Amino acid sequence: MATLNKPKTSLISLASVLLLVLALVLPASGVLNPYVVQILMYVGINMILTLSLNLVNGYMGEFSVGHAGFMGIGAYAASILTVWVLPRAWTPWAFPLVLVVGGLAAAVAGLIVAFPSFRTRGDYLAIVTLAFNMIVKSVLENLEVVGGPRGFLGMPRLTNLFWVTAWVLITVLILRRLVYSNFGRGITAIREDEVAANLTGVDTRRLKLYAFLISAFFAGVAGGLFAHLLQFINPRSFSIIKSTDMLVMVYLGGVGSLAGSLLGATIFTVLMEVLRPLGLWRWVVGPLLLVLLMIFRPKGIMGFKEWKWLREEKVASSQ
Amino acid sequence: MPLLEITGLTHNFGGLRAVSDFSLKVKEGELVGLIGPNGAGKTTIFNLISGVFKVSRGMIKYQGEDITRWPSHRISSGGIARTFQNIRLFKELSVLDNVRLGGYAQHGYNLLQAMARTRNFKIEEERQRQRADSLLARFNLSPYADAPARNLPYGEQRRVEMARALISKPRLLLLDEPAAGMNQSEAQDLIRLIKEIKEDFSLTIILIEHQMRVVVNLCQWVKVLDFGETIASGPPQDIQHHPAVLAAYLGKDGALAEVEAEKATPGPGKVA
Ligand SMILES: Nc1ncnc2c1ncn2[C@@H]1O[C@H](COP(=O)(O)OP(=O)(O)O)[C@@H](O)[C@H]1O
Ligand SMILES: [Mg+2]
Repeated sequence: MATLNKPKTSLISLASVLLLVLALVLPASGVLNPYVVQILMYVGINMILTLSLNLVNGYMGEFSVGHAGFMGIGAYAASILTVWVLPRAWTPWAFPLVLVVGGLAAAVAGLIVAFPSFRTRGDYLAIVTLAFNMIVKSVLENLEVVGGPRGFLGMPRLTNLFWVTAWVLITVLILRRLVYSNFGRGITAIREDEVAANLTGVDTRRLKLYAFLISAFFAGVAGGLFAHLLQFINPRSFSIIKSTDMLVMVYLGGVGSLAGSLLGATIFTVLMEVLRPLGLWRWVVGPLLLVLLMIFRPKGIMGFKEWKWLREEKVASSQ
Repeated sequence: MPLLEITGLTHNFGGLRAVSDFSLKVKEGELVGLIGPNGAGKTTIFNLISGVFKVSRGMIKYQGEDITRWPSHRISSGGIARTFQNIRLFKELSVLDNVRLGGYAQHGYNLLQAMARTRNFKIEEERQRQRADSLLARFNLSPYADAPARNLPYGEQRRVEMARALISKPRLLLLDEPAAGMNQSEAQDLIRLIKEIKEDFSLTIILIEHQMRVVVNLCQWVKVLDFGETIASGPPQDIQHHPAVLAAYLGKDGALAEVEAEKATPGPGKVA
C-alpha cells in the first residue's frame, strides 16, 4: 500500500507547488488580465468559506446560517492589525500572521456558538446562529471606533492570488486530514445519529467544539483575505445575505464533500459574475437557488462523494 | 464482586412507570436473559444502563464503580457496548467507518497529531484499521467494507452493529432483541454466533429476547418483566413453567408473542 500511495501524495504536493508558482507568476506576467485575477481571488475566498461551512453543515449535519458573523470578526480583527497596530512596512511580511490572528478571533466566537449546540439541534441551533450573525453585525454598526455603519478602511492591498491560493490549499489540507481521522469520522457520526455516536464512545461535545473552532477559524481567515482585497469593509458585508451565499455554495456543490465545496464555490462565484447585468435582481438568485436546491437536490452535486485524489488513503506507518 | 450490579432502578415516562424497582447482579462471564412482553420496560433498562436516559432513582455499579451519572460516551468507553432493537447504524458512512467508530474512544492520538500526520497517528490508524478488517472478516462483512451501511441487507446490518460494538473490546455486551425479524434458521445461526463471540471475546452478556427458543438455548439465568415489574427470575427451564410467567407472558397469548417477535417494529421516536 505504501508503494501505491507514495506517488499519489507526491503528485498532489507537486500539483500544489505548481499551482502556487502559477498564482505568483501569471498575474505578474500579464497573461491573465486583472479582471480574471480578481474573479479567481473571489473564487478562492469563497472556496475557503464553503469548506468552512461544509464542516459544520455538511459533515456534522448542524445547520449554521450565521457564518458571515465569523467572517466579519476575522475581517475586522485582521484589518485592525494592519491599519492600527502594525507598522505599514511590516504588513506584507506579517500578512499570513495577520490572517491567523483574524482566524483565531473568529475561532473564539466559534467556541461560544458551539456551547448552545450541546443542547439544541436543527431549527433551534439555526436560530442561535442567525442571532449570532445579527449580533455581530449590530455590534460592528454600533462601534464608532471602527467606523460604525460607515465601515472601516485604510487596509493595504495585501491579498493577491498567491496568498489566496496558498490558503485554499492549507484549508483543503487541514480539513482533509481532519475528515480522515477519528475526529472527522466522529463528526460525521454526529450527523448520522448523535445518540448512537455517544453510545459508541464518541465524545460528541468535544467534537462539536473542534468542528466549530476549526470552521470559524477558516471563515475568519477568509474574512481577512476579503478585507485586504477590497481595502474597505462595513458591517453590511457580513450580513445574513453573505451567510445565505455560503449556504448556496455548500448545498449546490455538495454536503459532506471537499470536492463539492470547491465546485460549489466556483460555480456560484462565476454565475454571480455572469449575472452582473441583472443588477440588484442578482441578489434574488442566491436565495432562490437555495430554496430550489433544498427541495430538489438537498445533497448537492457531490453530496457525500469525493474526487478520487481527495479520498482517504490507507496510512502505512512502516515508512 | 459482580461485574454489573443494578439496585432499585425505577424510571417514569410522565405518568407511566416503565421500570419499577429493578435489580440485577451479573457476574463476569455470565449470559443473562431479560424477557417479557412488548412494553415491559426491557429496552428502557438498557437505555438507563448505557446512559441514554438519566437515572432518577436507583444505582448502577460496574466493576464496583458507581456509573449511574456517567455520560454515555464514558460508559461505552468504559467497556459497556450495546446493539439496538431497531438497528442504528451510521447509514451514510461506509461499513468500515461504522466499525472503526466503535473504537473511537481507544484511538491514541490527539487533534494536532492527526493534523500533522505524526508517526503515532499512522501507527494508531493502522492498528485500528487492522482490527476493523479482522472483525469484518470475522463477521463475513469484508466484501461490504466500502459500501454505505444503508445499502446492506438487514441481517448484514445486524452483524455490522455487532462488529461495531465488539471493536472496543467491551467486557459487557448488551444485546437488544438480536433475533428480531429472523426466521428459525437465521435465529439458529445467531445463537451459534453469540456463543462463539462470548468465548472469543471473553464477554459477559445481557440479552433481551422475545423468542423463548433463543433464551432457553443461551441463558444461564433469566429475569422476566411485565409492566416494569420483575415477576420472576431463575434458570430458563424453571422460568418456562413459572405460573406468573405463563399468565403474564406466554399464557396471555403465547403464540401471539412469538408472532410479534418475528416482526417487531417499534414505534417512531423511541430510542430502542
Ligand atoms: N422515550 C420514551 N418516551 C415515552 N415512553 C416511552 C419511551 N420509551 C419507552 N416508553 C414506554 O415505556 C414502556 C416500556 O418500553 P420499552 O422499554 O421499550 O419496552 P420493551 O423493550 O420491553 O418492549 C412502554 O410503555 C413504552 O411505550
Ligand atoms: Mg424493546
